[in-house]
Amino acid sequence: MKLTVWTYEGPPHVGAMRVATAMRGLHYVLHAPQGDTYADLLFTMIERRDRRPPVTYTTFQARDLGADTAGLFRSACRDAFDRFRPEAMIVGASCTAELIQDDPGGLAETMGLPVPVIPLELPSYSRKENFGADETFLQIVRALAKPMDRTPQFSVNLLGPTALGFRHRDDVEELRRLIESLGIAVNVVAPFGATPTDIARMGAAHANVLMYPETGESAARWLEKTLSQPWTKTVPIGVAATRAFIGEVLALAGRDALVDESRLRLPWWSASVDSTYLTGKRVFVFGDATHAMALARVARDEIGFEVVGLGCYNREFARPMRVLAKEFGLEALITDDYLDVEAAIAAAAPELILGTQMERHTAKRLGIPCAVISAPVHVQDFPARYSPVMGFEGANVLFDTLVHPLVMGLEEHLLTMFRDDFEFHDAAGPSHHGGHAPRAVAEDSTGASKPTAEAPAEPVVSTVGVVWLPAAENELKKIPFFVRGKARRNTEAYAAQKGVTAISVETLYEAKAHYAR
Amino acid sequence: MTDLAPLPAGSGCRDVPVLKQRGQREVFCGLTGIIWLHRKMQDAFFLVVGSRTCAHLLQAAAGVMIFAEPRFGTAILEEKDLAGLADANVELDREVARLLSRRPDIRQLFLVGSCPSEVIKLDLARAAERLSAAHAPHVRVLNYSGSGIETTFTQGEDACLAAMVPVLPATDARQLLVVGALPDVVEDQMLGLLADLGVGTVRVLPARRSSALPAVGPNTVVVLAQPFLGDTLAALERRGARHLPAPFPFGEEGTTQWLAAVAREFGVPSQTFDAVTAAPRARARKAVAAATETLRGRSVFFFPDSQLEIPLARFLTRECGMTAVEVGTPYLHTAIVGPDLGLLAPGPVISEGQDVDLQLDRARAARPDLTVCGLGLANPLEAEGLTTKWAIELVFTPVHFYEQAGDLAGLFARPLRRKAVLKAGVPA
Repeated sequence: MKLTVWTYEGPPHVGAMRVATAMRGLHYVLHAPQGDTYADLLFTMIERRDRRPPVTYTTFQARDLGADTAGLFRSACRDAFDRFRPEAMIVGASCTAELIQDDPGGLAETMGLPVPVIPLELPSYSRKENFGADETFLQIVRALAKPMDRTPQFSVNLLGPTALGFRHRDDVEELRRLIESLGIAVNVVAPFGATPTDIARMGAAHANVLMYPETGESAARWLEKTLSQPWTKTVPIGVAATRAFIGEVLALAGRDALVDESRLRLPWWSASVDSTYLTGKRVFVFGDATHAMALARVARDEIGFEVVGLGCYNREFARPMRVLAKEFGLEALITDDYLDVEAAIAAAAPELILGTQMERHTAKRLGIPCAVISAPVHVQDFPARYSPVMGFEGANVLFDTLVHPLVMGLEEHLLTMFRDDFEFHDAAGPSHHGGHAPRAVAEDSTGASKPTAEAPAEPVVSTVGVVWLPAAENELKKIPFFVRGKARRNTEAYAAQKGVTAISVETLYEAKAHYAR
Repeated sequence: MTDLAPLPAGSGCRDVPVLKQRGQREVFCGLTGIIWLHRKMQDAFFLVVGSRTCAHLLQAAAGVMIFAEPRFGTAILEEKDLAGLADANVELDREVARLLSRRPDIRQLFLVGSCPSEVIKLDLARAAERLSAAHAPHVRVLNYSGSGIETTFTQGEDACLAAMVPVLPATDARQLLVVGALPDVVEDQMLGLLADLGVGTVRVLPARRSSALPAVGPNTVVVLAQPFLGDTLAALERRGARHLPAPFPFGEEGTTQWLAAVAREFGVPSQTFDAVTAAPRARARKAVAAATETLRGRSVFFFPDSQLEIPLARFLTRECGMTAVEVGTPYLHTAIVGPDLGLLAPGPVISEGQDVDLQLDRARAARPDLTVCGLGLANPLEAEGLTTKWAIELVFTPVHFYEQAGDLAGLFARPLRRKAVLKAGVPA
C-alpha cells in the first residue's frame, strides 16, 4: 500500500484506451464499474477529441456481483458489436473486474463474434499506463499482422504513437515527411490512425521505425522476431539524433539520399550571438525516459545548457536512463513520486526545468521557469499549431520551447546592472511573461525576494547549519533571482568545505571565484 | 411571480411514468465528491483505499488543482495487499500513522472505500474503529464508501455525511438543520436570510470544522440544500429528526419556496417574510431575466449526472422559459424531489438510470438546443452540432439561493451565446 496524491501514469487499462482511441475500426469492451468511465474525459477534454473513445464499459454495480457479471459482460460485448460493427475488438478488465475474475477473454471467445476478438491481460495492481499501451499494441499486432510480400519500394511502419501522447499527432506528420523525402515509403502508422486492416498489412514493410519505445517496443521486437523486420534504435528528437536516425534508416534501406536541412534553424539560432547567454544555464530534466533522455542531449549539446538533474518516472527504462545519467556525471532519479522529484529539483536549484505537467506546478511553487517536454500533459499542451518535437522542425520547436521561459540575454545583463530599479528588478521576472513573475529560487521567509527588502536583523541559519551574516545575505539578494539559488548553494558548499561557519561577503566572493567557469 | 409559467395542473410530473433503462452508465463514481468535500471541511483528510484508477480519477476530476498539501490521497492497493487482508490492515495502519504524524492539523480522517476495497471486503468500518481508538481524542476516524459499484457521483457526499450522523451529539433543542455542502459564501448568505426571518437556531452539516459539528434530536427539523442526500436524511430521521420537504433553492422561485417552507414551519409572519425576501427576490428575477433572453423558447435535454437535474429542469422551464425534452437523473428520490416534480409541467421524459447509447440516440433524434451532460460526452456532441453544458460545472460553481440565480441561468445561456458569437465555423 502506498499513499499517492498524484500519479504520472494511470492504470494499465488507460494505456489500452490510448491505443484503442488512437485507432479506427477497433472497439474495446472493458469490464469495469461505472466510475471508470471518467477515463473518457481524458480524451474528449484534454485532447479535445471530437468523438467518444471506442470503449464500452460494462458498468457493473454491487447488486450484480452476487448475480451474473459474466452475463453482463457478454451482453455488453454483443451490443457493442451490433452497434459499432468494428473490424476487431479488444476485451479486458479494469482493476475491480480483475478481482472478480470473470475472464473477459474467455467469455468473448465463446460468443462466436464474426471479427477477431483480442483478449488483454493487464495486471492492474502491479503495472501502469505505459505498460498497458505497449502490451495492448503488441497483442493487436500479434493477432492481426501476418507475413506477406514486401512492398516493391523500400517502406517502413511507424510504431508507437497513441492518443494522449506528447505531440504524437505532429511527430507522425514530421517523420512521414522526412522519411518520404528520403525516397522511402511509409507503409502503416500504428496505432495512431490505423485500422485493424492496416495492422494486418504491416508485414508488407521492410523495417519499422520505433517512434516511442514506451508504447511500441514490444511490438517492434515481436515484428523483428516474427516478420524479420529490423527496427530503428534512435529516437529522432534533436538535430544530432535526427541525423543519426536518417543514417540508420538509409542503412536499413541500403541507399543514399540527399538530406534537405534547409528548414533546420536550431544550429544557427544556437550559434548566433544572442544565444551566448544560454551557455551553462542549469537545467533539470524529468519525464518519460525517451523524452527526458533526448532532451538532456539536446539541452547539453545543442543549446549549451548544463544538465544538473535527470530522471524518469517509468521504471521499465531505468537501465538506459542510469547509463545516460552517468555519462552526464549524474545519478539518475527514477521515481513515480512527484514529491521526490520536487525535492530533487529544489536541491539542485536549476535555472530551468524540463518536465511534465506536474513539474510545471512544481516550477510554479519554486519560482523556476519551466517547459513541458513529456507526457503526462494537460489541455494546454495540445497546441492548435503544428508543433512536433521530432525531426528538423521538431528541433526548431525545441529551441523555442527551451528558450522561451527564460529571461532574454540583454535583459539579464540589465537586471544585473540595475538591480534596484523600482520596476526593472529581478522579482518582476522575464518581461515577455506578464503576470507570471517567478519568485526567488529556494528563498526562505526573510522576504528576500523583494529587491528593496530590509536587511535581516539576525543572521540567517541555512539548511546546512551555516550562518549567513546580514551583510552577506543582503549581497546575495543583489544577485539576480535566476542564479541566486545556485549562488547560495555554492557558497554554502564552499563554506562547509572550508570549515567556515559564518558566511560573510568575503566568503560569498571567494566561493564565486572558486566556482568560476 | 408574474414572470413565472403558470403552475402546472394537477401533480405536474409527480405521477408521470419514469423511463428506466439498464446499460452503460456514463457517470462519475462517489469518490469525486472528495474534490469539494475536502475544501469544505478544513480539518478533514480523505484517504481513499483503492487502486491506481481511483488516484487517476481524482486527479482527472480535480484537473490541475494539486495543492501543495492536498487533504486527500489514495492508499493504492498492491498485489501483496490483495494476497492477505491482515497485511492490508497492517499497511493501512502504518500509512495512517505516517499521514497523521505529518499532518497534526487533521482532526477528522475519512477512510473512503472504493470498488476494489469493497470487492475484496476490506472492512474499513472496523479499521476506522481501530484507528479511532489509536488516534483518539485528537483525530476521529470515520469511513464511508465512494465506490462506483455503490455510488454515483454526488452520492459520495451523501455517504460521507451519512457516516457523520451517528457521531453527532444529541440535543432536544428545537432547531433547523440545513444539510448539504454549500460554498462558504452561499452558506453565509443563507444563514443571513434565515437569521433575518427569525428562524432561531440554525445549524449546518457538514460544518467547516470538526469542532462545530451540529447536534441532532427529536426537535430537529431537517431541510436539504442538495437533492442527493437520501441516505443522510434517513440516518437523521433515525436520530429523531423530521424532514421538511421543499423545492430546492435554485432560482428565485425555488429559493422563495424553500425559505417559505422553513418560514411556515417556524411560524415566521408573512410580513416579515415579504420584508426579508422582497429585495433579493427582485434582484434574482432581474438577474435571471438577462439570461432568459437567450434561453426562452429553447429546448433542453439532461443526461443523468448529479441528481440536480429535476430541480434544475424546474428552474429552466418555469423561470427561464425553456422546454424540457428529457430529464435524466441517476436516481429519482420522489420523497426528496417531489416538490420540484410537482412544479414541473408534464411533457418531458423523466428517466432514471442510463443506457448511454440509447440515450444518445434519443438526444440525436430530439436535437435539443442545449444538452446538459458529462465531460466525456460534451465535445463529441458539440462535434455533432449540438450545444452542450458540462454538468460538473453545476456542482463546482456557487448556484444556490437568490444572489446566484442569475449566475445559474448564465451557466446555461453561455454555451448558446458563445455559439452565436463564433463566426469561423467548425469544419465538418
